[in-house]
Amino acid sequence: MNNEELKTTITALLPSDTFEEGGEWLNINVEPKDWLPLAQQLRNDASLFFDYLFCLTCIDWKTHLTMVYHLSSTRCRHNIVVKSKLDRSNPEIETVSKIWKTAEFHEREVYEMFGVKFLNHPDLRLLILPDGWEGKKPMLKDFEDAVNMIRL
Amino acid sequence: MVEEIGTTEEGDLIINVGPQHPATHGVLHLVITLNGETIKKVEPHLGYIHRSIEKMCESLTYRQFIYVTSRMDYLSAHINNHACALCVEKGLDVEIPRRAQVIRVLMDELTRIASHELWWGAMAMDLGAFTPFFHAFRERETINDIMEETCGARLTMNYMVPGGLMADLHPNFQKRVKEFITLYKLKINEYAELVTGNIIFQNRMKGVGYLSAEDAISYGCSGPTARGSGVSCDIRKLYPYEVYDKLEFDEVLETEGDSFARYMVRIGEMNQSIKIIEQLIDNIPDGDFQAKTKVVLKLPKGEFYSRVETARGELGVYIVSEGGTTPYRIKFRSPGFSNLSALDHMARGSKLGDLVAMMGTLDLVIPDIDR
Repeated sequence: MNNEELKTTITALLPSDTFEEGGEWLNINVEPKDWLPLAQQLRNDASLFFDYLFCLTCIDWKTHLTMVYHLSSTRCRHNIVVKSKLDRSNPEIETVSKIWKTAEFHEREVYEMFGVKFLNHPDLRLLILPDGWEGKKPMLKDFEDAVNMIRL
Repeated sequence: MVEEIGTTEEGDLIINVGPQHPATHGVLHLVITLNGETIKKVEPHLGYIHRSIEKMCESLTYRQFIYVTSRMDYLSAHINNHACALCVEKGLDVEIPRRAQVIRVLMDELTRIASHELWWGAMAMDLGAFTPFFHAFRERETINDIMEETCGARLTMNYMVPGGLMADLHPNFQKRVKEFITLYKLKINEYAELVTGNIIFQNRMKGVGYLSAEDAISYGCSGPTARGSGVSCDIRKLYPYEVYDKLEFDEVLETEGDSFARYMVRIGEMNQSIKIIEQLIDNIPDGDFQAKTKVVLKLPKGEFYSRVETARGELGVYIVSEGGTTPYRIKFRSPGFSNLSALDHMARGSKLGDLVAMMGTLDLVIPDIDR
């Protein structure tokens, strides 16, 4: 499917979402509460069939956080980007690790780096950072560390 | 982070493999729950070589950040640089000269062979044979010498920059690559004799670490790891960049999904890379090796994503720009990180001794996982 067809199909699934166009792929903005049901439909719908989550990350915009999911279909060969705006003081979103298993590791990384809490995640612990790093979120823009960070 | 060696309530044994263990090929730490000799759970603990390259890149300009990325997957340094250069060029909307495109592909494929050769030697060593390592390094050295001549470095080349290449080819390049092709064709049979056809190796790899196609996709596996399970995922074929769409080569697919299938994919890929190099080495067009770009690069506001096929799988570079000279946020989707996440699933129920065969055929490079 091309971007226009994807847009029509996804609007039918979730009328409240908004789209951003102009980039390489169709960008969809969803509310955090709508994300899990939409994710299930994106994965299971036979004409969409987004079975490959190839990138999962977060962006700190200083006023809010944005979760970014890059999805691809190995059968239909189309790609989309799903974005969800989170509250910076208490970022929370449902996990998608049951739909795409790779999300378990990626979400753990986002959890420790940005502090996003993934609800119902099977094993939400530090993955890369050592013990004692809880509370400090190194990828946030206001993070300062005089010892471990070198400014160039 | 480190769990004590001990037993669980059910009487299972917990042991640590690594962070300093030859089979982990670096500083990877696995906490393994064992019932007798059977693996119940593998829990990777990462971060021993985490440098937060993504954070570092936020304060580096688009000309500087390339140098850091050579240190991610150090065996595919050229291809990492390539992905970053592609992403910046996408943002700048620059078309690079054809000469640069062809040289980039040549370098990528030489890197792929060098990387797979190191993997081959190291994997055979994991399974108890020391000789293949020296055989592999003999050929790999030749590639490193070629790289050294043109790029000035053997491992972290930093040769591909936004707009093209750092420098033109060394005059000896074509001659030395042709010499390498002759050498490779002479020696590749030794690989088959030593390892591929060896019944002991086959028994240790066949049926070990099974990964179904569906699981491979769900775990986000890419590269030879997914292709060993029959998943067609070669970025060079699906989303061609540079001159890959004009070249003749096959995507190597195996359907068994075990360690031996992944092994065969990599061996097949080396031959395909040679095929690509042979098509290009006499057809390097004349012209500039760099497009005309500004000294200070500024990307327009927006988001750019580039994907390339490294020796380990799909590398994605995601740049979020606010219009400045440095990226606002950069994300490296490294193939090793996703491939490693499938290890627990693959290993459950198999014997501890088979774990090295699985890790060997995942081709883990730890700096690529930790970043």
